[in-house]
Amino acid sequence: MITAVAWRNIWRSPLRSGIIIAAISVGMSAGMFTTTFTKGWMNQRLEVGVETEASHIRIQQPAFGENYDLKEYIPNSNLLTKEIAKTKNVNGVSPRLVIQSMIASAETGTGVKIIGIDPDKEKTVTNLYTKLSEGKYFEGVKRNPILIGAKLAKKLKVKMHSKVVITVQDASGNITGGAFRICGIYDITSGIYEGLNVFVRSSDLARLAGLKKNVSHEILVHLVNPEELDRETLLLKASYKNLKVENWKESMPELGYINEIGNLYTYIFVIIILLALGFGIVNTMMMVILERVKELGMLMAIGMSKARIFNMLMLETVMLTFTGGFTGILIGLGATYATMEKGIDLSNYAQGFEELGYSPHVYPVVEVKTLIVIVILVIITGIVASIYPARKALQYNPAEALRTE
Amino acid sequence: MNIIEITHLHKTYNESEVKVHAVNGVNLNFEAGEFAAIVGPSGSGKTTLLNLLGGLDSPNDGKILIDKTDLSELKSSDLIKFRMKNIGFVFQSYNLIPVLTAQENVEFIMHLQNRSKQEREERSMELLRAVGLDGRENSRPNKLSGGQQQRVAVARALASKPKFVLADEPTANLDSKSTEQLLSIMEELNRKENITFIFSTHDQRVVNKARRVITLEDGKVISDERKR
Repeated sequence: MITAVAWRNIWRSPLRSGIIIAAISVGMSAGMFTTTFTKGWMNQRLEVGVETEASHIRIQQPAFGENYDLKEYIPNSNLLTKEIAKTKNVNGVSPRLVIQSMIASAETGTGVKIIGIDPDKEKTVTNLYTKLSEGKYFEGVKRNPILIGAKLAKKLKVKMHSKVVITVQDASGNITGGAFRICGIYDITSGIYEGLNVFVRSSDLARLAGLKKNVSHEILVHLVNPEELDRETLLLKASYKNLKVENWKESMPELGYINEIGNLYTYIFVIIILLALGFGIVNTMMMVILERVKELGMLMAIGMSKARIFNMLMLETVMLTFTGGFTGILIGLGATYATMEKGIDLSNYAQGFEELGYSPHVYPVVEVKTLIVIVILVIITGIVASIYPARKALQYNPAEALRTE
Repeated sequence: MNIIEITHLHKTYNESEVKVHAVNGVNLNFEAGEFAAIVGPSGSGKTTLLNLLGGLDSPNDGKILIDKTDLSELKSSDLIKFRMKNIGFVFQSYNLIPVLTAQENVEFIMHLQNRSKQEREERSMELLRAVGLDGRENSRPNKLSGGQQQRVAVARALASKPKFVLADEPTANLDSKSTEQLLSIMEELNRKENITFIFSTHDQRVVNKARRVITLEDGKVISDERKR
């Protein structure tokens, strides 16, 4: 009965309760949608960073990463690749050659990182082959095909089948060059990566740089279950102590922080919204209590204990908060589901984001963990906001309260 | 046999640095089954005396024994339980819970006493019949007239089967017809069920019905008349 009384009390003043519930709903729906939007945005960056750029785990010679020294390669990398590929939970392994060099078109030139790959094996560790905006993945050009990023193509003013010249310092220390023809242009909405990384066949690059066939500068490992990342990294570190084994969180720490910062940012945003709403709720409940002092006096007089009155008022506040909070969450989820298929195109407003690797076309996502945290925050807000008004109501003694007009 | 014994009762308020002796040395006893009115001009201490009797306020001095229980010796939580079990209240402005129906208002106190649903329903309907409101059990207070609301308040006061009912100016907001009906109902309940009623009132119609009239002035009992 107390629950029924609390619920009906909320609707004594439908306008006042309606306004505060609407305010909570609007605030929470905005908070919820911002959360799913930010999550989608961050996930997209993470997906590009891990699935296209870094894969899960990278193995190099310890000194290679410092200055990309051509001679710091992993010998017999084919054997190593086969050995790792047999490991349980490994989805794919791909050896790579990585050389810092210059690339030049007829118009201009720039510094790039040339990545020599085995096109088939590379498909098992990154999804670069799915990111071509033009051309085909190492098809259509027989001799020295090269994949370049859309950003670089624009910079070099080249297009499909254009010829580019790559200049490298070979294993003997001599400057050498080779002509490559563009077989495909990839577009991963990461301007920096697109501008600095080109892909060629490792056999072509080894020949140009005078490297042996069976060597590589890094080996990428893709896992079946990314949740096992830390465990698999430790296992590989233990197995190959003379090599540098890093997972993407270690090799690209900024990517690892994206999720944490994204979560933190959205939680802070939601907490600020709830804090502001909390004051509104307290204010509303204080008005409610001031209007009902006489009634509270009557309840005390007829034998309702202070604890029960406190609980009833808390229940009212909590119900008010939950009604608005959960309506807001549902509206936010509705807006997310309505936009998650086609995404939200911000390209007219957010061109600079591409340079940082963030897509201007955002697909909001719902993450259960985040949803649970938001629901818990709403519950906490309801309970915390209810304490002060309920305590205030208990300050009256029955005779004093009954005298109130 | 006395169910209420009031000895040397004092209650003082400090209003604008002036001490007001709202109740000033009152000694009274009430027996079971009395139908008593406390009368006196405004500010004579009627409501204060009723509040002290009901344990809603505490005296500065003196004792109130209800069935040999000294109210001043009860802890706050025990006093609430004591009130719920032993004292019924009827207020001048009815003070029903506006979001509950007539029946739910009567049931509410029994709910606080953790009585079963069946017992609550049976007792509340019995009381609503007794005050002539069967058929209006599902009406909320705003759909009832002042007189009907006060009758619901009487039913509520009796729901916990109290030892006595304190009614503070119960007819002040009622027209003559409603006052007549309400007084008849309370008188009948008093006679049939031997329930003690103590009113504070200005209303001559209540005074006429009362079998005992206590007159207060400046917080003191100046007369205590019993009618035959």
